Amino acid sequence: MTRSLAVHAGLLALLLALNWLLPAYHQGNLARVMTLAIYAIGYNIAFGYTGLLSLGHAMFFAAGMYGAALPMRLADLAIGPSFALGLLAGAALALVVGLLALRTAGVAFMIVTLMFSQAFYLTILLLGTWTRGDEGFVIPAIDRQIAGLDLTAADTRYLVAWALFSAALLISLRLVHRPLGRSFVAIRENEERARLLGYDTGRLKLWSLVISATISAASGAAYATLFGYAGASFAGVQYSIFPLLWVLLGGAGTVLGPFIGTLFMFYLIDLSSGITEAYMLIAGVVLVLLTLFAPGGIAGEIRNRLWRALP
Amino acid sequence: MTTPILETRGLSRSFHGLRAVHEVDLSLAPGRIRALIGPNGAGKTTLVSMLIGRIAPSSGRIAFDGQDITDLPAHERVRRGMAYTFQITSVFARLAAEENVALAARRRLGTDAPAVDRAVADALARTGLADRRAETARDLSYGHQRLLEIAMGLAQSPRLMILDEPTQGLADSEIEAFEALIRELSATTTILLIEHNMNVVMSLADEITVLNFGEVLAEGPPEAIRADARVQAAYLGTEPADAT
Repeated sequence: MTRSLAVHAGLLALLLALNWLLPAYHQGNLARVMTLAIYAIGYNIAFGYTGLLSLGHAMFFAAGMYGAALPMRLADLAIGPSFALGLLAGAALALVVGLLALRTAGVAFMIVTLMFSQAFYLTILLLGTWTRGDEGFVIPAIDRQIAGLDLTAADTRYLVAWALFSAALLISLRLVHRPLGRSFVAIRENEERARLLGYDTGRLKLWSLVISATISAASGAAYATLFGYAGASFAGVQYSIFPLLWVLLGGAGTVLGPFIGTLFMFYLIDLSSGITEAYMLIAGVVLVLLTLFAPGGIAGEIRNRLWRALP
Repeated sequence: MTTPILETRGLSRSFHGLRAVHEVDLSLAPGRIRALIGPNGAGKTTLVSMLIGRIAPSSGRIAFDGQDITDLPAHERVRRGMAYTFQITSVFARLAAEENVALAARRRLGTDAPAVDRAVADALARTGLADRRAETARDLSYGHQRLLEIAMGLAQSPRLMILDEPTQGLADSEIEAFEALIRELSATTTILLIEHNMNVVMSLADEITVLNFGEVLAEGPPEAIRADARVQAAYLGTEPADAT
């Protein structure tokens, strides 16, 4: 526990220090990676730890994004309460969707979550008067101020992203050491057995989905407020697939995996697009190689080969 | 006459018209060891699956501790003090042995970590698995996985423990240790034991229920069952009495 705490605290310290060490381009990238890694952390709670393979998490990300951005745009609400509304929107949506979708499992669960997410995406388009649909809308710089912090400044943005990412990482680390997180793992490993140990697996899966969705919504709300934009593309199918890829690459069911996967994928696309226009080809080959030779993801392989106690 | 800890009335289950269990009346007195025996396909596992709530009965009622539990989900029954160990080993294969047991203990003891640790250490010690606590469950030998199942049952400190063929795959020396463990356990827990090993049944059981074609064929103390001609014809006759 102490060693694992040291590793995670070490990563956070390193990321903090990088704010002053990185050139502006990479500083901006890393702020974005940390913000999106929050999404991956949230997804990992449901998928990596509880075994709930959702193909519709974009709706939770987008619920956070619009839950925060719309009140600012339409009601001139301050950024703090708007952010909180974003979280609330994600949690409430997960509660409703979970109550329905969790009646299914496996492939049916994937399809039901995908359909709900598509319905959510289409609803955003339908309400184009307010959401401006695919085009999206910009949140003016003047609104992106909180407690004297200017979120449009590169340094501030990086540090706020870092703080939110740290919070998500530590919540996730704490959760997997708590009995609640342990019972999620029990469901992932053998739901029938967990049920016959007296765990109300239906209720626990709903909890897992709500926690997962709330963290995902935090990422969406952070993205809107830090980068000043909300658009329907963030609710599309590809934004449901991304966290799955990030988590698989980094290591499902590990605390660090989501961040590693997000960082890896971000720079993989960034670097390969500098080499060729067919950059997705390079990305694809690397993904195939990684799944062939490191099926547990990067952090998963570290756990399997080097350090079994890695949470 | 004490209230039975578990009682069924007319418990039945059909699968597509096939009567797997038919009109079974079962009554378990607290603190006793009851063995449930019968030829393969007699409906033993179907019967206990209904008791724990893995499958719903077609008709009939189940009462635990005087309260009707027929409509309760499995996890509620476990919360009331029933425990079930699987016939086909069903441990958390990728988790450490001690985490398997901790999951069983934690549901009861919640966030009280020291109490969970004590319950885990106790259950592992009683099943002889203390040295293997850190091993991943799937790396344990088959016999040890069976014992881990039982350790998970112990950690729940149930009032009724249902053991579905617990000695299957155990070595003779392990079976002796298992018998001693069950005798010790029966001081505090009622036990319903499905078992094929007649030596184990005859040495452990206070009463035996014989199931044949889904119906109760005979019920009584071991000596009476051993002497029962119908039982011999239906069960003991078709397989050697010492089928181990």
